Amino acid sequence: MRSAKMLTATGALAASAITLAACSAPAPAEPEGPVDLRMTVWTSNEDHLALFDSIAEAYMAENENVSSVTFDPLPFDDYTTTITTQIAGGNAPDLAWVLENAALDFVGSGALLDLAPTFEAAEGFEYDDLSDAATGLWRQGDGLYAYPFSTSPFAVFSNTTLLAEANLPSAGEQVAAGDWNWDAVAANGAAVNAATGKAGFIVRDFEYQQWDLLSTVWNGWGAQPWNDDRTECTIDSDEMVDAFEFLHEAAFETGAMPGPGTTADFFAGEAAYTVTQISRAGLLAEAGFDWELNPLPEGPAGEYSVVGQAGIGVIADSPNAQVAADFLAFFTNPENSRQLAQYFPPPRESLLTGETLAKTNPLLSAEQLDSVVIEGIATGVTRPSIEGSAEIQQAVRSELDALWTPDADIPAVLSATCDAMQPLIQG
Amino acid sequence: MTVTVVRALPDRAPARAGGAPRRRPSRQRRQDALVGYLFIAPQALGIAAFVLVPLGLIAYYSAHEWNVLAGSFRFVGTENVERLFADPRLAGVLQATAVFSIGLVIANLTLALALAVLLNRRMRGVGFFRTVFFSPVVVSLVAWTIVWGFLLQADGGINGMLATIGIEGPNWLREGPTAMASVVIVQVFKNVGLNMVLFLAALQGVPHELFEAARVDGARPATIFWRITFPMISPTILLTVIITIVGSLQVFAQIAVLTQGGPGTSTTVLVYYLFQQAFQFGKFGYGSVLAILLFLIVLVLTIVQWTLRRKWVFHEN
Repeated sequence: MRSAKMLTATGALAASAITLAACSAPAPAEPEGPVDLRMTVWTSNEDHLALFDSIAEAYMAENENVSSVTFDPLPFDDYTTTITTQIAGGNAPDLAWVLENAALDFVGSGALLDLAPTFEAAEGFEYDDLSDAATGLWRQGDGLYAYPFSTSPFAVFSNTTLLAEANLPSAGEQVAAGDWNWDAVAANGAAVNAATGKAGFIVRDFEYQQWDLLSTVWNGWGAQPWNDDRTECTIDSDEMVDAFEFLHEAAFETGAMPGPGTTADFFAGEAAYTVTQISRAGLLAEAGFDWELNPLPEGPAGEYSVVGQAGIGVIADSPNAQVAADFLAFFTNPENSRQLAQYFPPPRESLLTGETLAKTNPLLSAEQLDSVVIEGIATGVTRPSIEGSAEIQQAVRSELDALWTPDADIPAVLSATCDAMQPLIQG
Repeated sequence: MTVTVVRALPDRAPARAGGAPRRRPSRQRRQDALVGYLFIAPQALGIAAFVLVPLGLIAYYSAHEWNVLAGSFRFVGTENVERLFADPRLAGVLQATAVFSIGLVIANLTLALALAVLLNRRMRGVGFFRTVFFSPVVVSLVAWTIVWGFLLQADGGINGMLATIGIEGPNWLREGPTAMASVVIVQVFKNVGLNMVLFLAALQGVPHELFEAARVDGARPATIFWRITFPMISPTILLTVIITIVGSLQVFAQIAVLTQGGPGTSTTVLVYYLFQQAFQFGKFGYGSVLAILLFLIVLVLTIVQWTLRRKWVFHEN
């Protein structure tokens, strides 16, 4: 009995000691010696990482106070969750890529350092060169809380070989004929599916889960999931109902779009069209088919464009925050932005010309880049972003599951979706 | 006349107050105790660090609201507990958890026992079949689940096989009832081998004389099973029921990989809901309350089973 008591006491003491130690960890102190910087990214592309490393080495050669810069690739699917967990576990990175759908959470919470003072003071950074349209999501007042290193418009890649196999005109021919609209894409997609058994059009990465990617479609109907000041759900609007009826018909009636649980990879030649960001063009380097790149098709509300963004921010609580901000100013200066532009369309107006981008994007012509990238960045709306995005994303996904069945009552489902979303928007 | 003599027992442990002073343990005993403590020290420290500390922290966090991004940590008292009772999704989550656990326990134990009975006989190739049924236990859970995810797609391998015999299979992971059934079956096939081996060991421990005597008395196979085999292996059944129920309440990877809690919230079980709240939505305080709820459910179920064992487990009554 005595032993049991002693054991219990020893265990409790050890537990208390570790608990207290965990709860009372000292605040990070300013670094004294050379620092190691860590930036979390979601790319594991060897070419991307090699470019990042070369820029980091150039920086370290000039700055002895930084002994290493590590680019830490994290899986894309759980990227934001992983970052949050790392911060909670006291293992926050110094710099992090941030997705646009989490932008308002990161910017609004104060998790990111204001970069404007560092960028403005950095020699040769040319702060005024940053496009207002590209940086809008990342600004709060006069502050800039992340550098939108990738501002990549959504566009339509089409498989010309597959379309020809089904005796259909290419996307370029439809653009020239003034017939480049969603109805035509859906009709051609259904025809390709009927003639070849391959998929018609797909919205890449949507997979009946990432519903916000459908903004690349519903903007053509003039629909939005919430109002401009993000206080009211509008996903049950008439325009949205029409947009979802179009998608539902494509998935369950005409076969223009693969249904839930059916996989098709455009880049493997399994679909006629895909909506995705132009930064995916690299996947076509060894495509065994002819392809084209065109802007998003016109919807009933007219022409439109949608931009996907990713920013690089400095975690404000990092003990190396200021050093990290200095490194970021170097990483994204005009010279390095020009190098990064071969993979990530930059937010710098001086670099946003078809001619400049064509030099670093050999797969795309200056004409394609002008019509899709330059025009898209100038006029595009960003993917939906809202505070509390993870919870809203999940709540809406759960409700929309009822829509992806053959006999769904679309207005009723969207109305129920608003009922689920509204308290979270207000909350 | 009877004389009752009450004799005082020798006083082996006199009270310290007013009695003789307690003898100090001998040097040898103290050394023995020290060695014993040293042996259990690694385990005790491990339990302290990885069980007791997290439990303490969970209780601590449950009374706080922790905004990780903002770096704020605020005491909120019982606010998170009150939120638990007002959470409109909790009933559905508990229902999904119960459906999964009941389905898994019934399917797993029934299949494991049936396989054990079938493979508890001398026949050619029995070792091969035992290995086949046990092998999924040693396969990586995530790899196993990902492969099943492909098989269960609308255009996946299962429906492909069904199509060859003219059956149009459902969209397994996208329809509520089939999604839950799919997750249960994937988990059953993954772990049925472990329970099968436990049952096999128990079956081989039942004395043959009992079966011979029953046969001599004219008992039918079903009677032999229910009157002899089942009671004799009931301690093992109790063990497998407990570990299967506890395991079923901790299911996570299968849900995360196969359904992400959908369609709707039909497969959102408690652990997955906890993960969503804490790690996806950043509500660590509320997630901690859900963790305490899960702990209490496991604790109560285990106590209930342990208490009821006397009624049905052989050797326990």
